Amino acid sequence: MEQLSFVFRNAWLIPAIPLISFAVLGLLVSPISKRLAGIIGTVAIFISAAFSFLLAWSYFHSPAGREHTALITWTCEWLRYQTGLTVNIGVLVDPISVLLMIVVTTVSALVHLYSIGYMHGDEGYGRFFTYLNLFTFSMLGLVVAPNIIQMYICWELVGVSSFLLIGFHYQKPAAVAASNKAFIVTRFADSGFLVGILILGYYGYRLFGEFAPAAASAAVKNGVTNLQPFDFLYLNNPAVLAKLASINLHVFDISLLTAAMVLVFMGAAGKSAMFPLHIWLPDAMEGPTPVSALIHAATMVVAGVYLVARLFPAFAASGTALLVVAYVGAFTSIFAAIIGITQDDIKRVLAFSTLSQLGYMMLALGVATMEHPLGYSASMFHLFTHAFFKALLFLAAGAVIHAVNTNNIWEMGGLAKRLPVTHGTFLVATLAISGIWPFAGFFSKDEILASALAGGHYVVFAVALAVAGMTALYMFRIYFVTFWGKSRSDTAGHAHEAPVVMLLPLVVLAILSVVAGFVNFSNYVSIGEHPEHHGINPTVAVSATIAALTGIILAVFFYTGQTDRAAAMSRLLGRIYTLIKQKFYIDEIYLFITRRILFGFIARPFAWFDRNVVDGGVNLSAWITRTTGRELRYLQTGQVQVYSLWFVGGMLFLLLVLWAGAR
Amino acid sequence: MIESLSLHKPHIEHWLVLSAILFAIGLYGLLSRRNAIGILMSIELMLNSAILNLAAFNRFVAPASVDGQIMALFVTAVAAAEAVVGMAIFVAIFRHRRIIDVNRMDLMKD
Repeated sequence: MEQLSFVFRNAWLIPAIPLISFAVLGLLVSPISKRLAGIIGTVAIFISAAFSFLLAWSYFHSPAGREHTALITWTCEWLRYQTGLTVNIGVLVDPISVLLMIVVTTVSALVHLYSIGYMHGDEGYGRFFTYLNLFTFSMLGLVVAPNIIQMYICWELVGVSSFLLIGFHYQKPAAVAASNKAFIVTRFADSGFLVGILILGYYGYRLFGEFAPAAASAAVKNGVTNLQPFDFLYLNNPAVLAKLASINLHVFDISLLTAAMVLVFMGAAGKSAMFPLHIWLPDAMEGPTPVSALIHAATMVVAGVYLVARLFPAFAASGTALLVVAYVGAFTSIFAAIIGITQDDIKRVLAFSTLSQLGYMMLALGVATMEHPLGYSASMFHLFTHAFFKALLFLAAGAVIHAVNTNNIWEMGGLAKRLPVTHGTFLVATLAISGIWPFAGFFSKDEILASALAGGHYVVFAVALAVAGMTALYMFRIYFVTFWGKSRSDTAGHAHEAPVVMLLPLVVLAILSVVAGFVNFSNYVSIGEHPEHHGINPTVAVSATIAALTGIILAVFFYTGQTDRAAAMSRLLGRIYTLIKQKFYIDEIYLFITRRILFGFIARPFAWFDRNVVDGGVNLSAWITRTTGRELRYLQTGQVQVYSLWFVGGMLFLLLVLWAGAR
Repeated sequence: MIESLSLHKPHIEHWLVLSAILFAIGLYGLLSRRNAIGILMSIELMLNSAILNLAAFNRFVAPASVDGQIMALFVTAVAAAEAVVGMAIFVAIFRHRRIIDVNRMDLMKD
């Protein structure tokens, strides 16, 4: 292959710069000067972002980029078990990793900039930037991972960073509880991911001798000279997948591949907060708002989507696993949208909106196939646009919270005049997420809906269309309640616009939310032999717009000016309203299952077994030893005659034995 | 009876039985005597029974050689030395503690 250019060879710098910055900030700078920590952390991410854009430009203008070929631009051996079984770390450059690098570095850089203003005066200012840098490094490491092991490591690292940042205000019990919840729930999901990796790794390694030569010769064009069993290039090889899919587990009649991919999807569902593992994300809003924008809206939570996209050929080879992805995604998206309509905390509404949109991305992946990869492109497109407008929504919500010191939308109101820039950018993002032309969300949603329709998944399409309407409803609900009408509290009446350093990222993201949709996305990101180019499908576009407008009209009807109609409606729905408002009691069900069933029926018997049987066994052996010693002590009289008596007795006994044996 | 006995020359079995009887007497004394001097004497008895064995085997198994006899002399010498050391220890203990009863000599358990 041709010599790689400077940019490709040094692509490892993109994750490395935040890592170095993290170490420098954490060890040297933040104890000395907090202000300097903020500046250095932000500058490091901006450099990384600039490098990402340079890489993206070079990649999409190279022959490899035009053919959507993956390139491994840098690699080194990290762990050697035995010859032929090593784990490398490296940098994989392909359309989706480049896409994610741009998204992560851009949003991260803007969030860093915003945090300089938002976190001003906070005690943990330096610590905050240190953690943000750690997160950015981990996320970039995950994105560029060329093998599943590196991905898993960084997967856990982003989990740790998320834990640290949700619990950033560790004096607040709610924040601590939320960080624990997030970590435990995602860790639980990751146990499935790990088992999936082990299955794939074990069988991948066993089949390595058979398939490696073909896979390796195919991988030469990717710049790979030593293919390893954990590499995505090997795991996504069609021949390997066909072999794995042909192994029947004889349990529920599913193939080995399906089992492995469903387990991997469990990890993805945990990280991307798919139902029923979604419970951690709304609570994660206890973290500072920039964290919610960066980690719990734009980047970390899309890691699950990214994982499914990364292993898409494997999911596609096992059709069942892909169907699971589609239906879990679709269900989550409508489930979260329904809850989102009833929540009062502005950040929680946005959190449920994130859940819903992540479900959208998942369902888009679920309806794609290797032959018709439109859903794949659509999912990545929505990931791309969603990152910008959702980060913008969170940052704007942060500016509002910064101004009024409350999260409850019913204590805001009338903020449009007091916070003009925040209002304008929030409106742009709301229109974008609702899918109104020409804002970014319109294009990506349109593509998702079109792919669901084209794939023949009519149920999924109907769900997605309903969700589009509900998205517009709940977004315009919080928009109207927050910015229109009269101020409903004193603080809202005296709110002031945020400093320029916070407004600048809002404006940049607002511009991105407008223009991001015009990128001809499927030209850049696609998979398989036949990339599909999508124009606007009039049927889909019109129906989606009608759905969105219906949602907006409902929001106008219920929430502009007065709120009597909304109150009357909630009274009319009665129990159903309470059920939705309490998030379908999923948290309570979890508590019931863990406390009553797991603790009561499993943990308690196990504890009893441990205390009485296991510990009892140990104590018994100690008791036997002690008692034997105590009893045998009386044999040692100190009198030589007694010893000799034993000696003679023993000798006679031996003689008797020998004599009996000789006969 | 004396006559009938005198007609028979003692054979190796007789010597071995005699030696076994001597050894058993010595062993009994070793295990049962309370007096330290008595124990020493019992040990001498057991050693002598072993010497008797050596001499008897020399006489009846390999009459041409003198190995057994020489070994017997060695054992006698070693037994004398051992008796001297044993007596010296007992004298020392007696001087120290005014006892010679082995039942009360139980310092080895401490």
